[in-house]
Amino acid sequence: MSSQLADMPSKIVNPPSIQPAADALPTPTPMIVVDHLDFYYGKSKALHAVNMNIAAKHVTAFIGPSGCGKSTLLRCFNRMNDLIEGTRIGAGEVRIQGVNIYDPTVDVISLRRQVGMVFQKSNPFPKSIYQNISYGLELQGVKDKKRLDEVVEKSLRGAALWDEVKDRLHSSALGLSGGQQQRLCIARAIAVEPAVILMDEPCSALDPIATSKVEELIQELKKKFTIVIVTHSMQQAGRCSDMTAFFYLGKLIEMDATQKIFTKPSQQQTEDYITGRFG
Amino acid sequence: MATQDVSNMEVPPPHPFMRPATAAMRSERRAFNVFRMATYSVLLAATAIFGVIFVKGADTIFTREFPFVNIAFLIESPETLHVFDHEGQHHEIGDREFRKYMEAHANPTIAEETYVYSAGGIFPCIVGTFFLVVGSMAIALFVGISAAVFLNEYSRGGRMVELLQLAILNLAGVPSIVFGLFGFGLFVLFAPIFASAPDPSHLYIPLGFGYLNFTGWGVSLISGWFTLAFMVLPVVITASEESLKAVPKGFREGSLALGATQWEAIRTNVLPYALPGILTSSILGIARVAGETAPIMFTAAYVVRDRLPWQVDHVLDVLFQGVMALPYHIYVVSSKIPQNAYTERVQFGTAFVFLGLVLGIALSSVILRNRLRARYRW
Repeated sequence: MSSQLADMPSKIVNPPSIQPAADALPTPTPMIVVDHLDFYYGKSKALHAVNMNIAAKHVTAFIGPSGCGKSTLLRCFNRMNDLIEGTRIGAGEVRIQGVNIYDPTVDVISLRRQVGMVFQKSNPFPKSIYQNISYGLELQGVKDKKRLDEVVEKSLRGAALWDEVKDRLHSSALGLSGGQQQRLCIARAIAVEPAVILMDEPCSALDPIATSKVEELIQELKKKFTIVIVTHSMQQAGRCSDMTAFFYLGKLIEMDATQKIFTKPSQQQTEDYITGRFG
Repeated sequence: MATQDVSNMEVPPPHPFMRPATAAMRSERRAFNVFRMATYSVLLAATAIFGVIFVKGADTIFTREFPFVNIAFLIESPETLHVFDHEGQHHEIGDREFRKYMEAHANPTIAEETYVYSAGGIFPCIVGTFFLVVGSMAIALFVGISAAVFLNEYSRGGRMVELLQLAILNLAGVPSIVFGLFGFGLFVLFAPIFASAPDPSHLYIPLGFGYLNFTGWGVSLISGWFTLAFMVLPVVITASEESLKAVPKGFREGSLALGATQWEAIRTNVLPYALPGILTSSILGIARVAGETAPIMFTAAYVVRDRLPWQVDHVLDVLFQGVMALPYHIYVVSSKIPQNAYTERVQFGTAFVFLGLVLGIALSSVILRNRLRARYRW
């Protein structure tokens, strides 16, 4: 981490190809509202009274050192933490589209259809490319071949993968390169047309070229989806997010427009982190 | 002696890297030889067992004339062998042929010797073993895989799971004869049968639309199936758990994140990939189910039965009939009847067929496994 930080310029300059994010705070209706959230792994408290609003159709990046709770918060949004034994919400709530998703009446299955996820380690199923995309729809009971064909093409185009795989839709997804596999996982997530896409360090295992393709894709996807991305790379947060939230030791230290965070953060800790003084 | 003389003379070594004849070196060599011999002894035992059975069994199974296989041995039922001299000729024929012969020759008075089960074939035993293996493996796989899915995918640890793991471990250590007695007590004598009228001589439970009479299933295929299934259950559960653990977590998470229920995720993205591993380890179970004599001798096996399993009056009778089985037949012909030159033919022939059958079943599951593996690889 520290060696990575050492190479960083103290100020992030957006590459010219990508529009710099707006200086001011985006003000559309928030898609996700986190309200005084306390989260526990067994007895240890992983999140301390986190408050934040995540704007619809924007890219929000979570940054911070390992173990700061950014992935934990991300996995609260689709309740993937439910799978881990001993996890619980201590206090507060997470509202998505106005609904407290930890309410007992909430169906986790339909929540996860609305809040898709792309994992750190690309995990295409050992099935064909086509089956990987159609899987989510088949779960919803879609059997119509024509409809499936359409969605597969649309999703693959949406993930900028169509031209690379259109001739081998029915061969194994595991024959794809690492970057293609990760874009396939994105295509798989958008196939079920969620409102939100969560990305947990989606580029950490990719080379720079594959990474830039995924980042371009994120810019494209934010026109339709709300995107929350956890990243260890501050350059990546600077390049592709509109808003950035900095976490440290389970607390949200600062959240603001990305350009502001990387140029004039209001908190000393944030400045220390992005300039590489610790981490 | 000679080596000691050399070392006493303190001859300078021929080169600086000369291997010294130290005690450590000698014990190293001794240890190596012990390990090597222990390993070779396995080969020796295997060669002896397979060699004797193949050589002696081949005498029974293969013939010198066309079609080179003793088909009668494979497709006929066991018969009593009649050995006699008549009209200057020596005869060694089975029961049915003997009766025809007697009729044709107007029932002559002859001095004959009879040897039980030494003529005919072992077809009912092959069929019976096949039925036993298929039924009990079906039960064991269903219960075993379900239990493994529960333990590995659904359960969240705790006392109950520890207790279950302990039970499975202990079940694996139960001797097969105990399983036989357990099956006899539970299934043969006690298990309930649904009937329209109560059986006052046994415990019965009225259900409203009929009665469950605890009359037991008798010595029957179904008693044998459950007994054998419980015997191999630990093998199947342990194997299935291992295979499920080997499926990467990402497949489960990926499925769940797309809105799959846990069962959908398991069915579409966990079990298919675990199945090759489960089948591989279950091959061991098949060999054990086919081979054990003790669990079936009280529960399912008949010494001799004229009817074949499908020769029944009612469909359900298929379940409630005893069968002949290869391991039990070997036990009967080698310890329950007088031994002579004629019985050896049956013993080795049966053992040969038995080994062949187990090999065949194991091979087909290997092929099935490889097919599945080729389909799902990650």
